Amino acid sequence: MFKYITKRLYQMILVLFVVSIIVFFVMSFTGDPVLMMVTPDATQAQIDRARTELGLDKPLITQYFIFVKNILRGDFGKSYVFKQSAIKLIIERMPATLELVFVSVLLSIIVAIPLGVFAGAFPNKRSSKTIMLGSLLGISLPNFWVGMMLIFVFAVHFRVMPSSGRGEVVNFLGMRISIFTADGFKHIILPAVMLSIQSLAILLRLTRAGMMEVMKQDYIKFARSKGVLQNSLLFQHALKNALIPVITVFGIQIGKIIAFATVTETIFSWPGMGKLLIDSINRSDRPVMVAYLMIVAFIFVLLNFIVDIVYTSIDPRIDLR
Amino acid sequence: MAETNKIGKDIEIKKKNRLKEFLESEFFFNYKRNIPAIIGTIIIIIFLLMATIGPLLVTQNPYNLSEIQLMDAYKPPAWVDGGEWKFPLGTDSQGRDILSSVVYGSRISLFIGLTGMLLSSFIGTVLGLAAGYFGGKIDSFIMRIADIQLSFPATLIALFIMSIAGRGIDNLLIALTLVGWVIYARTVRGATLSEKKKEYVEAGKVIGLPSRKIITKHILPNVMTSMIVIATIQVGTFILTEATLSFLGVGVPVTRPSLGLLVKNGFDVLFSGLWWASTFPGLFIMLLVFGINMLGDFLRDELNPRLK
Repeated sequence: MFKYITKRLYQMILVLFVVSIIVFFVMSFTGDPVLMMVTPDATQAQIDRARTELGLDKPLITQYFIFVKNILRGDFGKSYVFKQSAIKLIIERMPATLELVFVSVLLSIIVAIPLGVFAGAFPNKRSSKTIMLGSLLGISLPNFWVGMMLIFVFAVHFRVMPSSGRGEVVNFLGMRISIFTADGFKHIILPAVMLSIQSLAILLRLTRAGMMEVMKQDYIKFARSKGVLQNSLLFQHALKNALIPVITVFGIQIGKIIAFATVTETIFSWPGMGKLLIDSINRSDRPVMVAYLMIVAFIFVLLNFIVDIVYTSIDPRIDLR
Repeated sequence: MAETNKIGKDIEIKKKNRLKEFLESEFFFNYKRNIPAIIGTIIIIIFLLMATIGPLLVTQNPYNLSEIQLMDAYKPPAWVDGGEWKFPLGTDSQGRDILSSVVYGSRISLFIGLTGMLLSSFIGTVLGLAAGYFGGKIDSFIMRIADIQLSFPATLIALFIMSIAGRGIDNLLIALTLVGWVIYARTVRGATLSEKKKEYVEAGKVIGLPSRKIITKHILPNVMTSMIVIATIQVGTFILTEATLSFLGVGVPVTRPSLGLLVKNGFDVLFSGLWWASTFPGLFIMLLVFGINMLGDFLRDELNPRLK
């Protein structure tokens, strides 16, 4: 196990290394950051001075090493717009995004697992077929549009839900969290519903596929003939094994939810790091874009790593080599 | 002369037999009884018709400024008070007919989805065949890239590419191809590896067929079925990805609005109660992708021998 973990850690670092190369070189070939820094009427001498100050007159390879060195010290440069450390801007907004992602994941698990178990255990029932068609619709929905429709129905038409922002926040373990206040809870419902629809549909389909596979096996037939009650047969005997493949895909799914949070946050003006990314793209604020990409890449690689470790430790059949 | 006629007739009979064979096949039998698949097909056909001959049928070209009048702005759908049948789904803030915009928009969305799929499948297949057939360094290089790419969500990669390359249909196609090739490469590589070991490929090698011929004539047809399934579903995914990117402002240019950009334009006026400008384009995206997915789901169950 230890050997396996070291191997995976090594791979993690390799992936991050490749990502840093891609991000750095792609960014360097597009647009001149110096022109973003100086005033429009700057003289050539001023431009040159700014270039030297930023180290952009050095060869690209040297620049890359400086870039990596700075990243390792947690320095991603200053945002052109906010004139603040880019990494600080992102860290400040991270709790809002993680909170939204957490509620969405929870929501999809609560709804998807029971429905998936049912549809997988009784695949020929009409209600199971309806559930599957519904999940197919869930995958087909443009989720930004769903968010807008939620806003229109609940915020504009019936005026029962707020349409934007985070509402009241409280300090919890040093982070600003909104679900613990009534107002904040009200604010998170619509964005969380929007964000969870797609992952809910995918999780449901995965659970169903896993269940269908497991229900064919002998130990289920044996448990049934032994007289195990229906509910405990489905949720204890079958679900445990059906969930093993689900975990791998769902780990990646959480990464997708973080990525899609950019859309949700834009629609609901949720002050998270996804909205910061879109705003930075629209203002060509490169340091913030780079910082976001590197941090999100780190989160994804870490998620994959955790999923792999969990997967191998819950399924004894997996060969670690 | 008589000889060529006979050959022509033979080919005709062969064609007829093929059609008959298809109509009597298990695949078609299952298709006939699968209502979602049939509905999906009908939706796809309607959208294809809309994209090809639709512009001839609608009342205006929403991008010809001489045809739109500001006077017509903010008209609700025809069945709502104040609506006119001239604008069945209402008009937007510029006086453009929503139905006409949707018809022109579906054209762009479908074009991007289909072309993106064709490009990805071509590049992915070539790379997958190369990786699987030749193995060694080529294989590990291609697959390493694929692995790294797969650990990040496709939408995020496409968003990153578009935010640097800038808006534009050509850039969108490049971005979609860069995220879309991986799944074909993986599938084709896997299939090639298992096909490669089979006797018919060995036999081909023994009689001295060149690798190119073994790959295109013997291995490729065997991976075709899984490719069809992936390709169908990918068109839907690409249409959604394009819509999302356009919604975020990094997709199609303002002059060529796809369905996604229409939704975005409608979002700006949603709070003032102009719901139809965003509701209908979104509804059409949903219908189109749902139709594609219903057919794709059927194809996957039918053509993927692993699930049977």
